[in-house]
Amino acid sequence: MKNQSLTIALVGNPNTGKSTIFNALTGLKQKVGNYPGVTVERKTGFLNLNGVQHKIIDLPGTYSLNHKKIDERIAYQTLIGEYQHEQTPDLAVLVLDATNLDRNLYLATQVMDLEIPVIVLLNMSDLAEERGIKNDADKIQKQLGVPVLPIIAKNKKDIEQVKQAIAKHDLKPPAPLRWKPEESLSNAINEITENWLKPHTNLPNRAYPIEALRLISDNQVPDDFHNHPRKEVAQEIIANAQAEIERAGKNPAAAEVMARYDFIESCTKNGSTRQDEAETTSDKIDAVVTHKVFGPILFVAILLLMFQAIFSWAEPFMNLIDLFFVHAGNTVAETLPPGILNDLLVEGVIAGLAGVIIFLPQIMFLFFFISILEGTGYMARAAFVMDGFMTRIGLHGRSVVPLISGFACAVPGIMATRTIESWSDRLITIMVLPFMACSARLPVYALMISAFVPNENVLGFISLQGLTFFGLYIFGIVMAIAAAWVMKLFYSDGSSTPFMMELPSYKMPKWSAVFYNMFERGWIFVKEAGKIIMAISVVLWFLASYPKVDVPPEIANNPATTEASFNAQQSASSYKLKHSYAGQFGRFIEPAIEPLGFDWKIGIGLLTSFAAREVMVGTLNTIYSVGEEKGSVVTLQEKLIKDKDPETGEPIFTTLSAISLMIFFALAMQCMSTLAIVRRETNSWKWPIVMFTYMTTLAYICSLVVYQGGLALGY
Amino acid sequence: MSTLLSEHKQPGKKRIINIKGANAPRLLEMGLLPGTTVEIIRSAPLGFPIEIKVRGYLLTLRKEEAECVEIE
Repeated sequence: MKNQSLTIALVGNPNTGKSTIFNALTGLKQKVGNYPGVTVERKTGFLNLNGVQHKIIDLPGTYSLNHKKIDERIAYQTLIGEYQHEQTPDLAVLVLDATNLDRNLYLATQVMDLEIPVIVLLNMSDLAEERGIKNDADKIQKQLGVPVLPIIAKNKKDIEQVKQAIAKHDLKPPAPLRWKPEESLSNAINEITENWLKPHTNLPNRAYPIEALRLISDNQVPDDFHNHPRKEVAQEIIANAQAEIERAGKNPAAAEVMARYDFIESCTKNGSTRQDEAETTSDKIDAVVTHKVFGPILFVAILLLMFQAIFSWAEPFMNLIDLFFVHAGNTVAETLPPGILNDLLVEGVIAGLAGVIIFLPQIMFLFFFISILEGTGYMARAAFVMDGFMTRIGLHGRSVVPLISGFACAVPGIMATRTIESWSDRLITIMVLPFMACSARLPVYALMISAFVPNENVLGFISLQGLTFFGLYIFGIVMAIAAAWVMKLFYSDGSSTPFMMELPSYKMPKWSAVFYNMFERGWIFVKEAGKIIMAISVVLWFLASYPKVDVPPEIANNPATTEASFNAQQSASSYKLKHSYAGQFGRFIEPAIEPLGFDWKIGIGLLTSFAAREVMVGTLNTIYSVGEEKGSVVTLQEKLIKDKDPETGEPIFTTLSAISLMIFFALAMQCMSTLAIVRRETNSWKWPIVMFTYMTTLAYICSLVVYQGGLALGY
Repeated sequence: MSTLLSEHKQPGKKRIINIKGANAPRLLEMGLLPGTTVEIIRSAPLGFPIEIKVRGYLLTLRKEEAECVEIE
């Protein structure tokens, strides 16, 4: 390799340690985003070698280039240089799992057929040795004709060797592999290449065999040819080719794969030996974790532990953040001269910012746990254990992971449903996913619970607040299950979904990756949600402050002494609010929400929170600090508890109305981002509209029943 | 006498005779070929999916997929 800057693609099966190698090669010089128009994560990074900067693309993990799924298609198109958003790689670094070479080599043979220069890494060679699998890298290297390195991804020395191998590579495409399609198959390949691929597609030459094989093994014309003007021609050519193989007594779907595996076995039979496997540690753990009885119990216990921990661990951090912003608000209020700028900063910007930052601890703790569950390999077990239950309620074992992600945010959860191949399973998962108690609801729950649920213990050790919190999560899950079950009755295409899923060996989580992910998600929340919340906070401050009205003297002149001054102040600012644009809006919808136990201030919050649920807290913050006497900034909780109806003197909020509000938040579709992503993922406005309507109607009915029922029972 | 993998729940090793049906392409790619030995490890709560060991790794299959695998 001369001093040229290369584009290097990392290719491999899922769970091969590809991202560990990617991180080790690029350090922190990486960018994470989405592939344009699709929701597969795209990772690129840079590697400096002898003063030359190389670009590394971490392709989506894939078992095959037979691109049925979107991530397989991206990997395949990138490798043949047909993916318009990605540079054609000069070199492919294939990461193979040394404990499982056969299946990993299958992908390797496909990549090598594309005539791309290749380096092969046999990762996890320590684990392979532990299991008594001996891979002879030299022999495999001889068979494949490309550099083969046994490595352990977490060893610095091994990564150094990988860098050397990249630096030394001559960048010549590999010699054709010795796997040979037998005669009828190679005839069929030629036929399709000559009659269809050459005249009718723009694919590069090196992609012809793979493309032809894909068409032969598939029973239909793949999606990407569906819109081709001459697809009938393709269909006929493919059918002829398939018929030819069948006449030779072979199965068109199996012929290629079997030929490849024959070759692979010839490589590994000489190059690797496998002792008849003793029970591994992984197997021993699995005997408990995937046990018919203990498995589901463990799963629920892990979820319970997670949320108890999130609530109690995050609290000290949240208190600190709260204190900080109260202090900052006071400082700014005192430093700047009174006026519009002062009001805007303290009541709009700082209050809004506080409303964003305060929830970082909970979000980060949640992603800390989710990263550990993924990193250890437990997530796949959870899907396995839960699939039986999930299929019964109309969902899929793979729905578990998106649904769990939905606890953080419905948007990534909905994106993660792409791993569910069947459309009806995927759609139902999407439609019920927003019932999962996402982190945007945490602010509202946390606020209402800490203000209106007594800080007591039941049975001596379970916190009542924690229990309420847990109850809301369970409530969301139960509603999701019920909704999925009902939807399955109406919407089912009767097809079954492939579940084929690998259970990776258990590993210790990589702590650097866990923390990286945790901060990355936190940052995404601040960046994505923060912008909307800030903007709406400022708009709201305006709506709540204008038009300026004169407060009648009998309210304004109430005696201003200590505790009494709080209420008097409150009625003066209430008066101003009631006559602002926001107040007019809130009062306009008050009759509709009064039966749920909400007043006009909540009405304002309900409206603004349709942009994003967490805006509710920012809104209340703004509403309650509008017209505040400078230097007496009190936290929102205290204000909610002390807020009284100016006419009756009764508290505005009771435990019952707080519960009613939390139930409304648990069920209502109050998130523009979710609706937007559903529109994109379903490619129609129909589903977001259905989602909005059914969820919000359900929320209204449930809150109504709870509040009116509670009143009737005398609460 | 051949039977379907879906009819076996007891742990043990079996040899594949044939792969057929809608899920065949994916099963083949995952290394389940005629002649390959699979080991049934366990089944999930409520019976399916089942967990098998093939070519040294663990794979889970639903009933519909296990039905595509004919074994001795």
